[in-house]
Amino acid sequence: MTPPTLNPLLWLVPILPLAGAAINGYFGRRSSKKAITAIALVFCGAAFVMALILAARFSSASAPYYYDLAHWIRAGSFQVDFSFYLDQLSLVMLLVVTGVGFLIHIYSVGYMGDDDGYYRFMAYLNLFMFFMLTLVLAKNYLVMFIGWEGVGLASYLLIGFWFTKDSAAAAGKKAFIVNRIGDFGFLIALFLMIKHFGSLDFTRVFAQVSAWPIETAGAGTLTAIGLLLMVGAAGKSAQIPLYVWLPDAMEGPTPVSALIHAATMVTAGVYMVARSSAIFDRAPMAMTVVASIGTLTALFAATIGIAQTDIKKVLAYSTVSQLGYMFMACGVGAFSAGIFHLMTHAFFKGLLFLAAGSVIHGVGGEQDMRKMGGLRIYMPITFMTMTVATFAIAGFPPFAGFFSKDEILWKAFSSEHGSWVFWLIGVITAFITSFYMFRLWFLTFFGDYRGAPAVHDVKHQSADARAMHDKHAHEEHGHGDPHESPWVMLGPLVVLAILSFIGGWIGIGGRFEHFLAPVFQGGPAAELAHETAGEAAGSGTETLLMLISVAAAVSGFLLAWTLYFRRPQLPARIATALGGLYQAVAHKYYIDELYATLFVKPLIDGSTTILWHGIDQGAIDAAVNDSADAARHVSDSVRHMQSGNLRSYAGWVAAGSAVVIAYMVWMGIR
Amino acid sequence: MVPLSYYLVLSGILFVCGVLGFLIKRNIITIFMSIELMLNGVNLSFVAFAAQWHALSGQVFVFFVMVVAAAEAAVGLAIIIAVYRTRETLNVDRVNLLKL
Repeated sequence: MTPPTLNPLLWLVPILPLAGAAINGYFGRRSSKKAITAIALVFCGAAFVMALILAARFSSASAPYYYDLAHWIRAGSFQVDFSFYLDQLSLVMLLVVTGVGFLIHIYSVGYMGDDDGYYRFMAYLNLFMFFMLTLVLAKNYLVMFIGWEGVGLASYLLIGFWFTKDSAAAAGKKAFIVNRIGDFGFLIALFLMIKHFGSLDFTRVFAQVSAWPIETAGAGTLTAIGLLLMVGAAGKSAQIPLYVWLPDAMEGPTPVSALIHAATMVTAGVYMVARSSAIFDRAPMAMTVVASIGTLTALFAATIGIAQTDIKKVLAYSTVSQLGYMFMACGVGAFSAGIFHLMTHAFFKGLLFLAAGSVIHGVGGEQDMRKMGGLRIYMPITFMTMTVATFAIAGFPPFAGFFSKDEILWKAFSSEHGSWVFWLIGVITAFITSFYMFRLWFLTFFGDYRGAPAVHDVKHQSADARAMHDKHAHEEHGHGDPHESPWVMLGPLVVLAILSFIGGWIGIGGRFEHFLAPVFQGGPAAELAHETAGEAAGSGTETLLMLISVAAAVSGFLLAWTLYFRRPQLPARIATALGGLYQAVAHKYYIDELYATLFVKPLIDGSTTILWHGIDQGAIDAAVNDSADAARHVSDSVRHMQSGNLRSYAGWVAAGSAVVIAYMVWMGIR
Repeated sequence: MVPLSYYLVLSGILFVCGVLGFLIKRNIITIFMSIELMLNGVNLSFVAFAAQWHALSGQVFVFFVMVVAAAEAAVGLAIIIAVYRTRETLNVDRVNLLKL
């Protein structure tokens, strides 16, 4: 590997959005809407341009770039600096984050333009970009951790953006607290690294790790580090058992759901696991756990997605499920396939959310799919772009999702860490994914419009609905018919639709994998050689598996077509027939209730009785109050000296002086 | 020559008169005069010692005390007038707003 070269451009990329956030955050309240828009877009766009410049220069040389901005921690031989690092892996992430992020900034101008907190929203978005870019460009785990915590903060602020609404504030808190559980694991992993490697720098840690033996026999240090990192990743990327915050996070504005909770932040866990591939390569048990969690999450979340009626909730569970695919890929050692799916997923899931936002915008804030329908006539461009995204996520060739998903399924089957179980569950999930996505598609865009034309009951609407309610009230057409969104929102949709269509083609012939190969050195030339050797023998199998996964996607489409287009009265009857099972799925398997009983309630009860009543009130408050009481009683008894009678004061002074004089005389005599 | 002890006894008597007057009387002007009496009692012992030991510093000190007493009288009388104007009494027992 060629030694890294210095490149001062690196630190400019994250700093630019931070400057935008600072300007809009401090002066936005008094600025005009145009100024806020200009600042937010210019600084975010500048970061994107920087990323493009870096990408253009980078393709010619494969040596990573780095830049040491400043010293941070120096303690003996242990040191951590503010350093940035760009290799093939971070370049992919950098382009995805800045590119998709910039498109969503543009979209937000249209979507959030009439909100009172517009300046706040844009400042938060820019702040998020800063932290996400710090996370992606970090050269060591601690700088990565800054970004990791920062995106959590931005996510909290944006989920609770409409903080006057109780459910939004609660969802923000839930996201933050659940993430905190994951961060705990991540932190302990960092401590273990400091203990065993004496460094947090990627290059130095991985160089030392590569000298360690593979822990085949059982669990060792590397397995422990790997599992703890996975705890962190499960929190950030919403995997079992910490996925519960993501569906609730849909309380935030839709551009936030697209940017943070679909395209970028939630993929940070996948990025972190892929970045730590050197560690995972030597801890097969941790790999198996990662793959199992990913596979289970993919299936589990997909089944919940079937029965959701809120358009954003369907997409949220779909995101959880797709993230599961990425972890499945990482767990079977196909890190590049995971990153490939991360990229295509950012395109099509970002598009799905933005299109869903456009739909919600168009029907006056309604999020219930049962009250939509027939929208393809009212909003043709949204319909077209959403169609591309739906076909992409369902895995139809030649859309982007097909290539990445097929790559993951093939690796799950063929890789030395993989097994046919992962593959089978993956295919079943692909079928379910296709089914619920086309269910969404048919319910939203086909049939007749089922929304009530003019009347709106504000009480039963979501946060988006209420925010939009004001803006629509003073428009002439009111809520009457659904309408197409303005071009500032449609533009990003079109760009993302093109990307969702062609984005998968860069993976044809393993080009993407070869591009990333220098990063994933763990099983170095061996795996590539194995790959090319197996290519010829396995190509028949690969084609067969590909056909099966396409068949799964098509049958998902056909099932949805039968149930929601040809015979729309059937689903209700099936739901009744299934009874309890349907109820369980519709209520998300009662996981939230289970967590509430198992963890939240005991925690609250314990905190109330022991920590609050027992320690805080019983010991700490009691000590303070009792000493104050004692002081009060003593003062109460001596305060009567202060009578206000001037001559009594003088008497005390005289008596005091007399005592002093008597003492001095007495001492003199002695 | 009058012995030193006579002066000192007289000085002590003057001082104790001042203290007692300060403690017993209720009229602010009388109290004020008692303070002057105490100061002059001290002044007497200063000059007595100065004459006894032929040391000028005692005399100088007396001048200082007199200057301070004059300044104090000016300020004190102004305060007394102000008190009388607002409260229409010179009885110290009724000037007690600062008590608890």
